[in-house]
Amino acid sequence: MNDRILELTDKDIRNRLLMSKGTQRHRRLGALAGNAVLITIASSSLVALLFIFYFIIRDAIPFFQLEGIGEFLTSSRWYPSREEAEFGALAIFVGSALVTVGAVIVAVPMGVLAALCLSDILPFSMRQVVKPVIEMLAAVPSVVYGFFALVVFAPLLQEKGGGLLSVGALIVLVPISIVGIGVASDLIGARFRGGARGIVRVTSAVIMTVIVAIALFLLNRFLGDLKIVSGTNALNASIILGIMALPTVVSVSEDAINAVGRELREGSYALGATRAETLLRVIIPAAKSGIIAAVILGVMRAIGETMVVWMASGNAARIPQPIFNYLEPIRTLTATIAGDMGEADHVTGSGRYHVLFAMAFCLLVIAFVSNLISEMILRRSKRKLGG
Amino acid sequence: MKGLNLITVMAVILLASSIAAPGSAVAEEKIIIDGSTTVGPIAKAFAEYYMSKNKDVNISVSESGSGNGAKSLINGMCDIADMSRFMKDKEFAAAIDKGRTPVAHVVAIDGIVMIVHPSNPVKGLTVAQVRDIYMGKITNWNQLGGPNVEIVMISRDTNSGTYETFEKLVMKKEKIYEKAEYVGSNGAVRQRVQSTPAAIGYVGLGFVDRSVKALEINGIVPDMNTISSGIYPIARPLFMFTDGYPKLGTHLHRFITLYLSPKGQEIVEEIGFIPLTKY
Repeated sequence: MNDRILELTDKDIRNRLLMSKGTQRHRRLGALAGNAVLITIASSSLVALLFIFYFIIRDAIPFFQLEGIGEFLTSSRWYPSREEAEFGALAIFVGSALVTVGAVIVAVPMGVLAALCLSDILPFSMRQVVKPVIEMLAAVPSVVYGFFALVVFAPLLQEKGGGLLSVGALIVLVPISIVGIGVASDLIGARFRGGARGIVRVTSAVIMTVIVAIALFLLNRFLGDLKIVSGTNALNASIILGIMALPTVVSVSEDAINAVGRELREGSYALGATRAETLLRVIIPAAKSGIIAAVILGVMRAIGETMVVWMASGNAARIPQPIFNYLEPIRTLTATIAGDMGEADHVTGSGRYHVLFAMAFCLLVIAFVSNLISEMILRRSKRKLGG
Repeated sequence: MKGLNLITVMAVILLASSIAAPGSAVAEEKIIIDGSTTVGPIAKAFAEYYMSKNKDVNISVSESGSGNGAKSLINGMCDIADMSRFMKDKEFAAAIDKGRTPVAHVVAIDGIVMIVHPSNPVKGLTVAQVRDIYMGKITNWNQLGGPNVEIVMISRDTNSGTYETFEKLVMKKEKIYEKAEYVGSNGAVRQRVQSTPAAIGYVGLGFVDRSVKALEINGIVPDMNTISSGIYPIARPLFMFTDGYPKLGTHLHRFITLYLSPKGQEIVEEIGFIPLTKY
């Protein structure tokens, strides 16, 4: 055996242990080809995005050359199909904004609280059930949401709208007021010492309960008396869009809250904080950036939604009087593009065709900017929490 | 190794059979129809009848609005464009530019009916009153003898031939008040009106049923006789446009002349439109 080992020469090593030059070249070329294919595939999505930007900008510029940007942004008279067409899109921008704000009001409080519940409060077995159910909300096609909004929710708002709103308000406000009264009476009682503290707490709680109960009763009566004449309005669209944006907000917030990590929680509990204090004073501030990113993603979902607003928002190009009156019909950018697409032929009406591209361009800019902002916020939060 | 070979063989056989299968389908002639949601039901009924008589033709009908139908015909994407209005000059010019000559075939007559909720006590209006409602001059039903509720105006989106006809025959160049709500199809107008007591909208005659109430216009009830004789003020012909007159004897030609046959007129009447002749 020893002889065999001693017999190994340089030539043996070169022939049998090292790779031949040919094989080396093949391996290198193979790696190069593989890299090239992967880079092409990965950059095709970037190329697609650049194409979209290019074609939209190319067809949006003629509108600004033809009609100018002033009327587009400041006038709310939208009559694109008439001989002397007017392209005032201000009402449409306001409509999009109103519906987005409404969706945020519906989705963010519910979504962040649901994320908190999922990550910290619910037992693990319940979480395994609840999270997939929330994600199922995201799996429903948007046209189904739109159909539901038009055929079920709009008549419901018309017939029982007041009742629905008052019940909804109660569901939201009663738990908040219970917690609020408890906290407030504690704070007031803390100013006193000894036996007086208990009496002050109880009396202040009772007084506040009476006041809040009267306020809620009046609110209930006011809302119950509301007659919703037309169920396809900004409220309908906002609620449905809020439900659509909810899974996004919940998922991303929950990821942010989980990313805070066990150490922070254990440290807080070890210092004697209650669960409420930990959640409100430690975890939410630490996950703040992630939650803001979640909100921005929810906003993007609401702004870009077409089918729901086309079917359920009434499509009236008018700024509601007063502006916070959600019971009036509005029109959004997305629904205008979808609705006017057929008539706006390149040949039959240049301004009409190009204004849709101008709107698409505005939507692209809004989506792009909010995406950038949410990316920046997420990156900053990841860096702060240490990866 | 042996298992791997078996799987490979099975995969190859499956692949081969899936490639071979479509090739064995019978070569069918296709007719593509697109356009108005008003004429759509007629086209669909004609297609069903025609396909049942001729098994080697496949007819597909879409309803994306008169404007979209015209565009498809101009671009050569469809064989027949259903339109509830005549082609505009610009559309005609665009078609000629692209080498297509639109030929109009009037398949039925339609009336635009103003509908309200069945609980609305108002019986009829004049054309001027309808125009005032949609201009925003009349805002409450109590100005017309109804309850004290704000009027909810439903209109069709500007894609639609029904809207164009309404604008031409009722609005007469006036702007529709900006508070009017726009929906995407005849069916959607009916759905909105039947669920909203304060609503008023307009649909083609074929879409009026028990769930909504049709208003008299200028005292004339919208029905078959008043519309076809032209007494009812808001009436219009329904068109199918083809690229040139179809070659005699082809499926397209036999389909497009279906409305001239008694069976075609019967189908038109069943759907709720006015046939052209008293067959």
